[in-house]
Amino acid sequence: MCRLSAIISDSYFSPMENIMALETMKEGHDGSGLGLVLRDLGGEFIGLKEFPILSGICSKEGLRVMDEYMVKIGFKTKHLWNPRIKDYRGNMKARGFYFARAYEYPEWADEAGEKVQHELLTKARLELREMGKDDASIIIFSFWPDLITLKEVGDPLDVGLFFGLDKKPLLAKNISAQGRQNTNYAINLYACHPFFIEGFTTMTNGENTAFVPIREFLTSRGLPGYVGYRSDSEVFCHILHYIRKELNFPLKYYKDVITPLFDREMDERSDKAAIELIKRVLRPLTIDGPNCTIGTDTDGTVFMAQDAKKLRPGVIGGAPGKYALMSEVCGVDAVIPDRDRSKDVFPMKYDMAMISKAAKEITVWNQKHGSMSTVN
Amino acid sequence: MESKTRLDVNGQLTLKELPYIIRWESDKCTRCGQCTAVCPQKAIEPAVIVQRLVSSEGPMPLPQTVRQVGQGIKQVTDIERYCVGCGICSQVCPNDAIFPEYNEVNKFAFHKNQGGIPYKRGGRRNSTETSTLDQLKFTRVSMLTDPALDAGRHEFHIRTLLGRNLAPENMPLIIKDDELGLDETVYIPPVREIFPIRIGGMSFGALSPNMWEGLAMGVAYLNEVEKIPVVMCTGEGGMPPRLLKSRFLKYFILQIASGYFGWDEIIHAIPHMKEDPAAIEIKYGQGAKPGDGGLLMAFKVLDLIAKVRGVPTKIDLASPPTHQTKHSIEEAVAKMLTSMSMAFDFRVPVYPKISGTKTATAVLNNLARNPFAAALTIDGEDGGTGAAYNVSLDKTGHPIASNLRECYLNLVKIGKQNELPLFAAGGVGKTGSLAANAAALIMLGASGVDCGKYIMQAAAGCLGDERNRCNLCNIGRCPKGITTQDPRLYRRLDPDLVAQRVVDIFKAADTELRKIFAPMGRSTQLPIGMSDGLSVGNKAIAEQLDISYAC
Repeated sequence: MCRLSAIISDSYFSPMENIMALETMKEGHDGSGLGLVLRDLGGEFIGLKEFPILSGICSKEGLRVMDEYMVKIGFKTKHLWNPRIKDYRGNMKARGFYFARAYEYPEWADEAGEKVQHELLTKARLELREMGKDDASIIIFSFWPDLITLKEVGDPLDVGLFFGLDKKPLLAKNISAQGRQNTNYAINLYACHPFFIEGFTTMTNGENTAFVPIREFLTSRGLPGYVGYRSDSEVFCHILHYIRKELNFPLKYYKDVITPLFDREMDERSDKAAIELIKRVLRPLTIDGPNCTIGTDTDGTVFMAQDAKKLRPGVIGGAPGKYALMSEVCGVDAVIPDRDRSKDVFPMKYDMAMISKAAKEITVWNQKHGSMSTVN
Repeated sequence: MESKTRLDVNGQLTLKELPYIIRWESDKCTRCGQCTAVCPQKAIEPAVIVQRLVSSEGPMPLPQTVRQVGQGIKQVTDIERYCVGCGICSQVCPNDAIFPEYNEVNKFAFHKNQGGIPYKRGGRRNSTETSTLDQLKFTRVSMLTDPALDAGRHEFHIRTLLGRNLAPENMPLIIKDDELGLDETVYIPPVREIFPIRIGGMSFGALSPNMWEGLAMGVAYLNEVEKIPVVMCTGEGGMPPRLLKSRFLKYFILQIASGYFGWDEIIHAIPHMKEDPAAIEIKYGQGAKPGDGGLLMAFKVLDLIAKVRGVPTKIDLASPPTHQTKHSIEEAVAKMLTSMSMAFDFRVPVYPKISGTKTATAVLNNLARNPFAAALTIDGEDGGTGAAYNVSLDKTGHPIASNLRECYLNLVKIGKQNELPLFAAGGVGKTGSLAANAAALIMLGASGVDCGKYIMQAAAGCLGDERNRCNLCNIGRCPKGITTQDPRLYRRLDPDLVAQRVVDIFKAADTELRKIFAPMGRSTQLPIGMSDGLSVGNKAIAEQLDISYAC
């Protein structure tokens, strides 16, 4: 089963911390890939918060096509980050040009408002992805301000060293990493978590048994971003996007959508009428499978939620200023060894644990009682 | 050479032409006469027969043969009185001396149109081929990647929704202080949570009072004691007035069909109803006899039926093939759906039932556009009926599996797969696999299924089968008392035992559905459209249904 490692902090840290946590959870991943999403960036990106960053891999020809396209639609390069692969001594081979490139919006989009800008980013991401689809000459993971995605096949530690993250660290305050254990699908970079759509990211472990009907529901919404699905877990990210961006639900309702209560369990909820309706109307989005999901909202809030059938719940531990959300306790131990373990949170079947950007405390939303509690 | 009188003349049959031949053993027969009395077809009658008897008597016995005139049983060769193979003679025989035997080489179909009247019967399509539903297997099983569930211990919620679900973007939600509320001023269509296997429409009139009562009692028990929310459709012909005004009405789907029988009573009962019915089904077609109307023959229209249906006694009750309102699909949808919704103050789901057809998607697309359409039931060719022309039963209609799948994928294309639930009928449980057939249809995209014949057979011991056994439902002489209004016949059926079997059936199906869904790791939502869980060992079927091939 895939291993998940997310860290949120009020100060910058290196993704190697996530990777070292994955290293302790090694029994659970088979080195078939590492995915990293970094948000709230520091280091060389610290002054570039408002500029969208395109993350991906491309071949020489792909780079030319991509540059041509970006110029055509009016984006101007502001800053380019490349991993320092030449220092790498392992046996991984670069598949092309890895990049995280910050752009300036086209002039016309500067004042066009957030909605138009976001649509433009999605359109560009999907079109580039489509251009490189057949020969893998362009692989695009994300295009969003203050967010970088890195993915490569291999053991997480190898991949980290390959990217030179130990030597020239990218720094961020919110990093999600997944060590992949390949299950149902061929190894493919687009199948590698965390998944991204318009600033939302999720990573998941477990088997998504309801994948086909969920995918069909999402793809039939008529929204351009709901494509891909090389992994059954990609739907978790799109569900998050759908309820937050399209339906404007508060974040905690993600839990009511993916794992709705039985009707008889709803009595304590003051919003019973609303959740009864949501359960019926969004019935195809019920995951109904043993999954643990760690996601990040566009406002930088990290959360963890799981289905009641998840036999190995994920865990959150830490102290004000830094929290780790991991699929295993040893991962938390690796990142934050000196913490009060009695305050570790194992979100149970009704719980959705959330940590906002400031990383001050863990907020646990109990879906059944309709109550919020905090642990810090 | 035989004399001229022994030669065939046109239309004269021998036993060899008939579908069933009575096997009678003279030496076991006690000549009690019960078999001839009970035969619904009068296919056997007492006869004078000449027998050759062998006996040995005396102190030095030597076999002696004598020819003797005696009494026995004789099967008639009159095509109107052919043996239907029901076997009720065997059931009454005290000494196992008689039973009907199927005659593979019969020539029945060549003769059963005497007087220019095509063969009419009840029952189902006569075909012993394995249905598509019975070929589908559940092949996605959670193994070591994630544990399968324990069907016996895990909590399962095997329920479905009957009713129009809003489009997600139309939910009248209000966000206030990080909490969602409901705008109560906005109309939300009624939706019922029910067990995904329903009892399909079989009318009070086609069914005997004992059968109908047994089903109704079973359904009430399932809901109130077992807490399994099974609903039952009335079929066309209303229901007993005291039930209309009872709290049990909520377990019934009231059907309105082209004859509108029973609706006078229903409309008049509306002000007195304590509960709303589960739903209203508008029957436009029936899978067993697409494009055909209904006919309740005069001898079934006795006092009670006449009262419930609001008609005089002992007259033929014909339901036309089409609704009088149906000049166009838009009009039919608009008139029927809205007027029925309005009659119940928009608190009751109203949906049409059509027979399986190549044009089902056209109907579906119309319904998808109408906000009052609560669902669509599609009834495939393997459905049953109380009375139809044999040609309709055997040769007209569309198999349910691909029809349902096509409709579901059509809904997926327009994004309304959750808004307009599809219910599938026609051949569910045809060979006894009720839960497996239901689960297969659900995974192809049905929100639920209807069953009728299975209930008749499992709950009341209906004798019909796919080799045309019995199938006398149309003439009111059902030997089991299921489809008759003759008290001498229906008193053979104990309603309490029918009710008990109905409860057995649904409890068993509930467990079997768990046994199917547990290995797939599904427990809280019905796996509607989870087509990756299905496979079939036939490439053409796999391709048509867009599921995987496995061998």
